Amino acid sequence: MASIGERMVLPARAGRTNLMWAFVERQTNLWKRYWAWELVWLVYGVVNTLAITFIAKEAEQAGITSDASHLVLFLLLGTLVWAYLSAVLDDISLVITWERWEGTIEHTLMAPVPRALHLIGMSIFGVMHAVIRTLLIFLIAIPFFSVDLGQADWLSAAVVLGVGSVSVAGLGILTGVLPLLYPERGTQMSFMIQAVVLLISGVYYSVDVLPPWLRIFSYISPATYLLDGIRGAIIDGDGLVSLADTLGILALFGVVLVPGGIAVFAVAERYAKKTGQLKRQG
Amino acid sequence: MIEVETSEEVADAALSRQASMLDGGRSEEMYANPLTADDVSKQFGGGPDFGRLLPWKRSENGHKGPVQVLQGVSFEIRRGEIFGLIGANGSGKSTLIRIFSTLLLPDGGEVRIFGYDAVDESSEVRALINRVSADPSFFRNMSTLENLLFFGRVYGLSPTEIKRRVPVILGRLGFEVEKAREPMSHLSRGQQQKIAVARSFLTSPVLMLLDEPTTGLDPRSKRDVQAFIRQVQAEHDATILLTTHDMQEAELLCDRISFIAGGRIVAEGTPLELRERVARGRSLDAITMETVFMELTGKSIEEDEEREEVMVHG
Repeated sequence: MASIGERMVLPARAGRTNLMWAFVERQTNLWKRYWAWELVWLVYGVVNTLAITFIAKEAEQAGITSDASHLVLFLLLGTLVWAYLSAVLDDISLVITWERWEGTIEHTLMAPVPRALHLIGMSIFGVMHAVIRTLLIFLIAIPFFSVDLGQADWLSAAVVLGVGSVSVAGLGILTGVLPLLYPERGTQMSFMIQAVVLLISGVYYSVDVLPPWLRIFSYISPATYLLDGIRGAIIDGDGLVSLADTLGILALFGVVLVPGGIAVFAVAERYAKKTGQLKRQG
Repeated sequence: MIEVETSEEVADAALSRQASMLDGGRSEEMYANPLTADDVSKQFGGGPDFGRLLPWKRSENGHKGPVQVLQGVSFEIRRGEIFGLIGANGSGKSTLIRIFSTLLLPDGGEVRIFGYDAVDESSEVRALINRVSADPSFFRNMSTLENLLFFGRVYGLSPTEIKRRVPVILGRLGFEVEKAREPMSHLSRGQQQKIAVARSFLTSPVLMLLDEPTTGLDPRSKRDVQAFIRQVQAEHDATILLTTHDMQEAELLCDRISFIAGGRIVAEGTPLELRERVARGRSLDAITMETVFMELTGKSIEEDEEREEVMVHG
């Protein structure tokens, strides 16, 4: 057996990247094993994207809009960004639900990995997973619509997505606290938060159409700025300079939400340990 | 020629120095007592039930009062021994194991593992322990190898080291290594439990917490697991806490035994000392450990104690 000192420095010797990567590798292995579910979500994502974007075609035929191509792109990007956001939020906010469902919560949470590295590892997988799924939905959906993407600034869009993903990961960590505190109803509560983000962030419409009292909440949702930035880069061809304000706000959200989410998670974990909720069945 | 150390080598050397300092910094007394529980208590439930503010919940009688699961539990485990914690279902064994695993905070008392406080220094404690529970607890659709890779990596082992150790440990447990690439859900309960034992020893813990590791196993698997536990204790400097309600297993494996009933430790000693305590002139050979347990606790080991943890939130 290893000595006490040897045991205690092993996690440090492994390095932070390796400890984080353990979670990325595990989730990738789970993803491969649950490929049928992945297929279901992909089909759902494609159908949802098509169903919503066809509303723009209907608006054109009914003479409601004169600029159908703009509306098509607006809705297409809205559905794609929402597919991305919900995949990231699902993967991260289910950090505890997954473990409870598989029955591994006690063994995972008693491992000598700092919780911050655990949560960041899950966030990295969530972002990678969401990028692949959204890219597939985009590639399948795009032939259905004749959209002009000639003016799109893809580099700016990628930067907005990268910076925005950090803030969304922070939001995911915060919602992941709910299944920790409420073993039976927490997962549904985190879905409810996703629904509120969908309502207030201007996914399928501009936030300007919201009643003033509801519009206030759109300012505190990072998804609002992420959508603005992506639409600006792809529809209007905005470059990084034009998007500097949006990027700054997204970066600020990330700086606040990730450490804040990890800190709130730590407090909730201590409460769960006090009340005996860190176990398989709630 | 001057040899230049890479930053990785410098970091590695620093960690080796840290390991030596940590070993040197622990006093002999701490090494001698891998686990010390002092007056540990735990209560579940009894908090405010806000759900009853809802009109349709008022008439429900589901909310239970507080349940004292552990009361003034104190004992020490010595280095290199297998210490048995014996009690009926609901006696508080698993609650204690969860406190030692840093998954549950005690309401009172103190737990020290190699001198580290299980509450305030939980990170240090987690690096020193591992656990086998009655439920194997794996990602059932991942393969054995994928599961062991994950659980090894989060304890700081490299994938190369894990792949080197896995066939050795699985071979000792009588597990066919070829099956390591199959999903865990294809394995029998006994095979899964062997993998759970392999997982815990893979990370070379200095303190093992075995929570009913042979419950539900067929006789052959049970013998394999018991033989492996004895082998590890004999060959390595391992200290083991074993909870069980299998008296034969306790007698076979344990150097010392504590009986727990109603959340309290009611007797402690070697199997022989416990027998002598109830002998009262009878031949020791005629006294089974079940008899000793019944006479010292006033209960049968098969008799469940209805003291399950009460959930106050849902």
